[in-house]
Amino acid sequence: MTSYVAQRLFGLVPVLFGISVVIFLGMKLIPGDVARALLGPMGTAESLAQLRGALGLDQPLHVQYVKWLWRALHGDLGLSPIVHQPVVELLLPKFGNTLILAGASFVLAASAGIAAGVLAAARERTAIDRVTMGASLVVGNMPPFWLGLVLIVVFAIDLRWLPSLGMYSTRGAGGVADLLTHLVLPAVTTTAAPGAIIARMTRASVLEILGHEYIMVARAKGLAERVVISAHALRVAWPPIVTIAGLQLGYLLGGAVFTEEVFGWPGLGRQLVSSVIARDVQVVQGAALFIALSFVVVNLVVDLLNLYLDPRARPA
Amino acid sequence: MATVLAIEGTRPRPRRGAGRFTAFLRAFIRDRQALAGLVIVAIVGGAAAAAPLISPWDPLTSVEVDRLSPPGTPGHLLGTDEQARDILSRLIWGGRISLLVGIVPTVAAGLVALLLGLVAGYREGLLDHLIMRVLDVFFAFPLVLLAIAIVGVIGPGVGNQMFALAVVLVPYSTRVVRTATLSVKNLEFIEAVRALGAGSGRVLWRHLVPNVLPPLLVYTSTLVGLMIVASSGLSFLGLGVQPPTPDWGVMVGSGRLVIYRAAHVATIPGVIIVVVALGFNFIGDGLREALDPRARQ
Repeated sequence: MTSYVAQRLFGLVPVLFGISVVIFLGMKLIPGDVARALLGPMGTAESLAQLRGALGLDQPLHVQYVKWLWRALHGDLGLSPIVHQPVVELLLPKFGNTLILAGASFVLAASAGIAAGVLAAARERTAIDRVTMGASLVVGNMPPFWLGLVLIVVFAIDLRWLPSLGMYSTRGAGGVADLLTHLVLPAVTTTAAPGAIIARMTRASVLEILGHEYIMVARAKGLAERVVISAHALRVAWPPIVTIAGLQLGYLLGGAVFTEEVFGWPGLGRQLVSSVIARDVQVVQGAALFIALSFVVVNLVVDLLNLYLDPRARPA
Repeated sequence: MATVLAIEGTRPRPRRGAGRFTAFLRAFIRDRQALAGLVIVAIVGGAAAAAPLISPWDPLTSVEVDRLSPPGTPGHLLGTDEQARDILSRLIWGGRISLLVGIVPTVAAGLVALLLGLVAGYREGLLDHLIMRVLDVFFAFPLVLLAIAIVGVIGPGVGNQMFALAVVLVPYSTRVVRTATLSVKNLEFIEAVRALGAGSGRVLWRHLVPNVLPPLLVYTSTLVGLMIVASSGLSFLGLGVQPPTPDWGVMVGSGRLVIYRAAHVATIPGVIIVVVALGFNFIGDGLREALDPRARQ
């Protein structure tokens, strides 16, 4: 077990190296150079050369890469020339906000998705099954930016039940209750697509298990269907469900970008979009690094969780 | 004789070309959901193609009624937008670019993936390792965000939007092709063809391609719906198709600015996106089942 974990961690090294190379080279592909962007149109040829020297832009590419990586490993992702703030300082709080949104959405998506999937499987080929799966199909195909707007129209504009913008009220005292009311609509919006996928996967997974002989034995023993499903079928059905749910968490961490944009949620995705539009390359690079790293970590955790849940997957 | 692999991992069964296609067609049409998908896509696609003939108004010029007229206004079935342009006309014209931006990257990525996946799966060894490790890096980024970052590097616009979406799809499609290639290439009929003296080129083109195409086709068709949603998302964010060009994502994006006064401007184009994405998904599911001999029986 320990050796497997070590092996898995070791296997991350080339992936992390690849990610750093892709992000670094991506920056270099951008037309125009950083020094000119910093100096603006007023920069003279000498000042340009001077700044390029100071930034190390006149050095060979591999030297630049090593220096960049070294600084990144020490938590220095450079300075944003647009907002004049260190990139890490700018992104950390946004990353926290995205984690709040993604975490809430994940809890919702996993609980609603698994519940709907189990229900549909237990009532296979009934109206309940068809309605649940039909709904998951429709909801799963809704563009999140559009669903968010629809929810705003219904719950914020027409019914006036919930706020439509930001994380806290501008005039309120703030606090957890305020945050939660602001969280409801964005979280539901972000939940829709991953929740639908989890529901379909859960249904398929549980249905497959329900066809096994040991389930027939459990039923023949006279166990209640509820026990058969919760104690016998779900135990075995967990690994694929956890895998697909874990993938969705990775998606949520980054994919909340539309929700953040629609609801003015000050997260990483929204920052990425505004930096892309402002062509703030330093921040785009930093955000890409944050997102890729969290994706890698989530995948690792899902793998290890599966080992814990499914003894058969453990190496002998 | 070429054989067709229905889904990954099943043994291909030899069949005669014409009979195989009719069987597939019959299974596909009998599937009511697939047929519904086909009808949806045909109607929306047909309307987009015939836009100059059927569009009641010009999609770019303001008409002589109030801005933000509600649906049902005489002469304007779906109302008008914030610049008093007819929404129905913009939807019809918008189908052209929205469908294009969803379909082109998927097909382009499929072609690149076919090449990469075949080479990786057939050659194995170092080249396979190299290709798959490079693609692994791309799996470390969420799809849409990677597309946004790529647009960030190369700049917004329709062409760049399609390029970015194609790039992010390549790793996923390549994996499908590679898996299919690996499962077919060790089958006996490939060995037999080799024994008859066929070279690598012939084996690849005549025998592997026809077998890896069906899984790729099924996968690609389910991706189109996803890509229509994703590309409209990029346009919504202002990174893809630019206003005033009519595009469904652009329409939701500009309608968002007047959502407190006239919700229909943003919500109507979204309904079309959902319906078309569903239509493509239905087609994809239908293709999968029609191409799977086990499901057909």
